[in-house]
Amino acid sequence: MPFDKSKIRNFSIIAHIDHGKSTLADRLLELTSSVAKRDMTAQILDDMDLERERGITIKAHAVTLNYTAEDGEEYMLNLIDTPGHVDFNYEVSRSLAACEGALLVVDASQGVEAQTLANTYLALDNDLEIVPIINKIDLPAAEPERVAAEIEDVIGIPCEDAPRVSAKTGINVEAVLEKIVSDIPAPENHDDKPLRALIFDSIYDNYKGVVVYAKIVDGCIKNGDTMRMMSTGAEFTVVDVGRMRATSMESTGALYSGEVGYITASIKTIHDAKVGDTVTLATNPAAEPLAGYKEVQPMVYCGVYPADGADYENLRDALDKLKLNDASLSFEPETSGALGFGFRCGFLGLLHLEIIQERLEREYDLDLVTTIPSVVYKIHMTDGSVLDIDNPTHYPDPADIDFSEEPMTETHVYAPADCIGTVMELCQDRRGTYIGIDYITPERVDITYKLPLNEIIYDFFDTLKSRTRGYASLDYEIKGYEKSNLVKLDVLLNGDMVDALSYILHAEKAYPRARRIAEKLKANIPRQMFEIPIQIAIGGKVIARETVKAMRKDVLAKCYGGDITRKKKLLEKQKEGKKRMRQFGKVEVPQEAFMAVLKLSDDDK
Amino acid sequence: MKNLGIYIHIPFCRSKCPYCDFFSLVKTDTAAAYLEAVNCRLEQFQTGEYKADTLYIGGGTPSVLTGEQVASLIETAKKHYGTPAEITVECNPSDVDETFLRRIYAAGANRLSFGMQSAVASERRALGRRADRVQVENAVRLAADSGFANISLDLMLGIPHQTADSLHESICFCASLPVQHISAYILKIEEGTYFGKHRDALTLPDEDATADLYLQAVEELEAAGFRQYEISNFAKPGYESRHNLKYWHLEEYLGVGAAAHSFVGGRRFYYERDIAGFIAGAKPVDDGAGGDREEAVMLALRLREGVETALLSDSARKKIPFLKAQGYVTELDGRVAFTPQGFLISNTLITELTE
Repeated sequence: MPFDKSKIRNFSIIAHIDHGKSTLADRLLELTSSVAKRDMTAQILDDMDLERERGITIKAHAVTLNYTAEDGEEYMLNLIDTPGHVDFNYEVSRSLAACEGALLVVDASQGVEAQTLANTYLALDNDLEIVPIINKIDLPAAEPERVAAEIEDVIGIPCEDAPRVSAKTGINVEAVLEKIVSDIPAPENHDDKPLRALIFDSIYDNYKGVVVYAKIVDGCIKNGDTMRMMSTGAEFTVVDVGRMRATSMESTGALYSGEVGYITASIKTIHDAKVGDTVTLATNPAAEPLAGYKEVQPMVYCGVYPADGADYENLRDALDKLKLNDASLSFEPETSGALGFGFRCGFLGLLHLEIIQERLEREYDLDLVTTIPSVVYKIHMTDGSVLDIDNPTHYPDPADIDFSEEPMTETHVYAPADCIGTVMELCQDRRGTYIGIDYITPERVDITYKLPLNEIIYDFFDTLKSRTRGYASLDYEIKGYEKSNLVKLDVLLNGDMVDALSYILHAEKAYPRARRIAEKLKANIPRQMFEIPIQIAIGGKVIARETVKAMRKDVLAKCYGGDITRKKKLLEKQKEGKKRMRQFGKVEVPQEAFMAVLKLSDDDK
Repeated sequence: MKNLGIYIHIPFCRSKCPYCDFFSLVKTDTAAAYLEAVNCRLEQFQTGEYKADTLYIGGGTPSVLTGEQVASLIETAKKHYGTPAEITVECNPSDVDETFLRRIYAAGANRLSFGMQSAVASERRALGRRADRVQVENAVRLAADSGFANISLDLMLGIPHQTADSLHESICFCASLPVQHISAYILKIEEGTYFGKHRDALTLPDEDATADLYLQAVEELEAAGFRQYEISNFAKPGYESRHNLKYWHLEEYLGVGAAAHSFVGGRRFYYERDIAGFIAGAKPVDDGAGGDREEAVMLALRLREGVETALLSDSARKKIPFLKAQGYVTELDGRVAFTPQGFLISNTLITELTE
């Protein structure tokens, strides 16, 4: 039986990192008795360790809550969680498209931040009702009235009855539930139309195959139906549909328009159930899919290598497993003279890259070396062909290049007004073109620049944070390609090229970068039995040079009363250390030297 | 009868030097019981098949004991293992007096090793050495007058404040005394020592300066008639330490006392760093088999005479031409040996040659 549509509320929560989204979600679960108190580990919705630690929701989840409101009626509240970072903008937009409203959670001690604003605009684009919530009123620094005024100014939504709450201590959280019921519209009834269900997330489960999370926009889907993915035409027999509860799945046999739930259909890979795709029925297909589907393309690439070559197969298995749940991760094998066998991986952005890298290291216990991230350059050849280059190793002979293009972004930096100069200096330094400054409030500004993507992925965010004492936040959108003067830097050790350290960058950045790479290598390559020239070159031309002098002293002169074993252990340790080095011709390079160059940062001089 | 070197560890000092991680305690109230335990172990170990050709009483500081106590150790060793040709006692120059020296000489000691480290006052202070150089000179002359004709001094390289000039001064000082042997060690900052804990506060010569000091020491000591026979040991001809050579020649030695190491019957074993345990009769801890080819190469390469080329693996032999070209090794009469430059990076080189 379809649930009474007028009693359904579909909503998500928009909040900046640390503004308390997950804590609020937990409180809502608790208040609706969706989770027994004893099952509450903090923040149920973030079920990966990493998410909990970084306070970032990486992948969307959804949960159905039953709430008996003050009017005595029972409501079905579907909370659709959204990832909170710029890299996952598309996923966010699809999650929001599944809702009729959104809670905008703002920290009463902080105010509106970049991602909040960006996601709020996304929500407004999707015609969502925005319900502002002012959180963390228990903090000594809380200024709920100032923040309320800021939300009214910046976003233009009234805040006088916005619930002032503390999700942490539970103060006034009931008011949030009542606001959801009173302010967020119920979904429309389209039960009589052909099925159209919006996929807003999917996960891979070892037993069930892919679990599709969907909002039923039109029609209805039942166990046994033959469902069809409208982007590919692929068809599957529905095994089970139902609702997601906080700690379990509740099979219902059918889902109707306006409802949110899961679908399983023995789907083998999440690539057959892409976020944004529309599910319809093979027997009574919809004429048109829901709007807004697009294929997500990786924007950032880097090489990922096991520190120990013996871990190559383990790395492949780990990537395979991560890909089961992450349609936006791509990878293919590549070989580097310097780093051996590894994978070229594509990511949505830098955070996505970092998350994958951390998960590989943490959940799969792998020790990794990653190359400098690269964007996709369009290289126009003199013969008229165009190459997409995301790997410096494939950079063609400059003589055959007609011209090159690089991806550009429109970047918004939200920062305290007294940081304008600092932020502009950084953007200018990163080849930015000034677009404008908006005063969000007298104290906070939105600084807009056109910036090359490759400048953003290289340590921009960390530098921005450190130069603004952590107060700035960042949002960017890809805005096509522009002509650029690119060069490739090569690193030579003792005359041998180290392919993993090659790097494509703008010509005007080449000299200072080359200088610093050379210095970093010198500082991090231990002295060896002979002198090692370090050269940084563009083509055949060396533009920076350093020398690692030959080792002079490495001796254990003393002998502890005939303790030969101690000497032997020392030598064994030395041999172990040698094994961890990468060998280039005669030169041994420790992992740290790679790391030092790969993590080279502007403020680290 | 098989030859055996005997090492007796005296784990007591009047004060701990800031650089030293050898096992010793400043508290000496257990010394008598400890010596008894040493004497007892010496007796127990003799199964009738060993005769000692060297005895080395080291520490710690054996000279914190009385002459009588040291003499009793020597006499016990002689009683069970015969009279060793070389009997060394390590001494702190500020400890020894005529009574002590005459007593241990009478018991059979014929070699003394003085911990001098430096003849320069500021350096000595930084190293926590109690005596001044006059006391060192007096101790050495007193020893010579008491009959000792084989005296060694320790010298440290790469220590705080050391310069080429100050090292030259220390070496000239050694050469002016009636000594036959010099051990010149490069200071290594060990974890757990005072220097280890205050590493950042030390102003040490850097890698290049230390290497230069070592090369200077080799050159000046050779010029003064002390021929280098091991990485850090130099002697007038015929005065090389027979006991220490046993370590590098894979000969058998028995270490008695807390933290003393042994190599007997193909096994390495040692006593824990635990005085009370040793007194209570703790058994030595097995440290595995010793004496394989890799050990032989590693140990022989510490000597000036080096190692027989035949003992090296094929892959090690292939590296020799490169190492020769770099000036780190010489190859002569079927032996590969390190040059002083090679000794300086011997850890790296031995690692290369035993891979």
